[in-house]
Amino acid sequence: MIAKTFAKGPALIGYFTLGDGGMDYSLASALALVEGGVDLLEIGLPFSDPVADGPIIQKAMERSLKNGTKTQDLIPFIKAFREKSQVPIVVFSYYNPILAAGKRFLDEAHAAGANGILIVDLPFEEIPQSALDPILIVSASTSQERLEKIVQKGRGFIYYVCQKGTTGMRGQLPLGSSSAISRIKQATRLPVAIGFGISNKETAEQAFEFADGVVVGSYFVEAMGRKASTEELKQLVKNIDPRRTQ
Amino acid sequence: MNRKFGGVYLPELLMAPIEALQKGWEALGSDVDFIEQFLKLLKDYAGRETPVTEVKRFAEAVSGPRIFLKREDLLHTGAHKLNNALGQCLLAKKMGKKRIIAETGAGQHGVATATACAFLGLECVVYMGKVDMDRQSPNVARMRLLGAQVISVEQGAMTLKDAVNEALRDWSSSYEDTHYCLGSVLGPYPYPEMVATFQSVIGTEARSQMYEKIGKDPDLVIACVGGGSNAIGIFSAFIENPTVALIGVEAGGKGNELGEHAARFKGGSPGVLHGCYTYLLQDSCGQVAETHSISAGLDYPAVGPQHADLYASGRANYASVTDKEALAAFKLLAQTEGIIPALESSHALAYAAKTARDLPKDHTILINLSGRGEKDLPQFIAMGDL
Repeated sequence: MIAKTFAKGPALIGYFTLGDGGMDYSLASALALVEGGVDLLEIGLPFSDPVADGPIIQKAMERSLKNGTKTQDLIPFIKAFREKSQVPIVVFSYYNPILAAGKRFLDEAHAAGANGILIVDLPFEEIPQSALDPILIVSASTSQERLEKIVQKGRGFIYYVCQKGTTGMRGQLPLGSSSAISRIKQATRLPVAIGFGISNKETAEQAFEFADGVVVGSYFVEAMGRKASTEELKQLVKNIDPRRTQ
Repeated sequence: MNRKFGGVYLPELLMAPIEALQKGWEALGSDVDFIEQFLKLLKDYAGRETPVTEVKRFAEAVSGPRIFLKREDLLHTGAHKLNNALGQCLLAKKMGKKRIIAETGAGQHGVATATACAFLGLECVVYMGKVDMDRQSPNVARMRLLGAQVISVEQGAMTLKDAVNEALRDWSSSYEDTHYCLGSVLGPYPYPEMVATFQSVIGTEARSQMYEKIGKDPDLVIACVGGGSNAIGIFSAFIENPTVALIGVEAGGKGNELGEHAARFKGGSPGVLHGCYTYLLQDSCGQVAETHSISAGLDYPAVGPQHADLYASGRANYASVTDKEALAAFKLLAQTEGIIPALESSHALAYAAKTARDLPKDHTILINLSGRGEKDLPQFIAMGDL
């Protein structure tokens, strides 16, 4: 599923936090992102201590947990989403909720229709076996030795974290992003997506020049935090997607 | 297969800096010159060795056998934390780092780090939860006087756990010139091992001091456990002798419900937080629980992985005492011995006060008095107890 998406051309990947604004709002928002033009969804399970995330996603996770979101809510959510859309789904999480959910959880998520799993604070050596594609991260600080091992274990695509620090909205791509992606592409045939900080059309456009996919997170999450309408969310996707002409 | 306690659970961005730290620690931790320089700093700057004091009036008041205190309260800056801060800052300087970041709960680790940075000429930034800044205000002023920048953390419960989150976020953008000076035996490898090594001086000294005083090991060694660095520090010298009972005392807070205490071995289960697999207070979904303790230094949902091992093997036992019991011991030691203990250390004293009467009279107890309590006075005064 994931491979097919990238085979069609560069992919726009949209992230949101499950349960921020309630489960019904999450479902409506996910479908709006897809309708707006997102090719792959990254669904964030909320965690109490999201150390890789900046303030926008931290607050979304806090709101979601206050709403009472449980890890298990992911399963019926994916089933409901699958009734309306076949866009691939990557589940994003920190490790402790996955550990607490037990061994069968990832396979249940796969059976419900999820395609990949990204556990942001789990080094590639520890990724649990499951039916989901492990989506692995490479960062600017990743050594060549690690990179070569990571691409061996990764499936679906490689996620290149282009910024130091945490997720959030930033004005520009860091210098060297393009050569970093070339370095990864020399080590693997997997598609390489770039993420962290991409929040306007100009940076998305630059990113699409050398990456196979662009991940946009905080830009959507910020809007969902103020309960943006589905119409507005669709428009936001169009506004950031450089593959559109208008 | 059982997963091992400890490990390295971090975002990919932090893997390169943690590997660099592992290499630095593995090279310097056993380097004779480095160790010599560290021990010289402990002696000439920090004021080691610290004494062991027998507290006869306190022992009498609790109807106990002979009780001895290892006086880390007399170390420069007023707590055992300086042993670790000096060790890590010296290591960081040798690794070419210019800037040090630290988290702090009670403020003792923040003060120790700010002190080590001032002495070694390093820039220092300390993350501290807003709630802790309010209840440990003297330490905030001390850090600022020492030249450190103190950043108020206003996420979550605004205590130690949230300060660690912010320090990790800082480190993931600053690792090139910055060392994260973690204050306890927590976090990913090599932190637990490295911090335990720097704190092992407590146990080494205490054991030889007990031999001088009573000609043998004590029967019972008691220490409070937040992350657990003072406890590991004193336990380490006695672990090999199975006749010495080791007791770690956690914060029982104000009740037994999740959120009312910080007793990880009573209400917790294994999980991953801040880079290591260990006992953790969490709900059934793996969300980390909020904690409560009168003592900011014990108010943390995870315990050091070495304690998880000692608990699992049964080599150490863990108990908890309530806020009230800790406060009573705080006052009792002040009034019977003229020593004002930190509220953290008061938990170890309270456990001794509760159980000492049941021990044979020819036994001896060694308690690690990990810090002094002047920092707790504003909180104590605010409770209207004076």
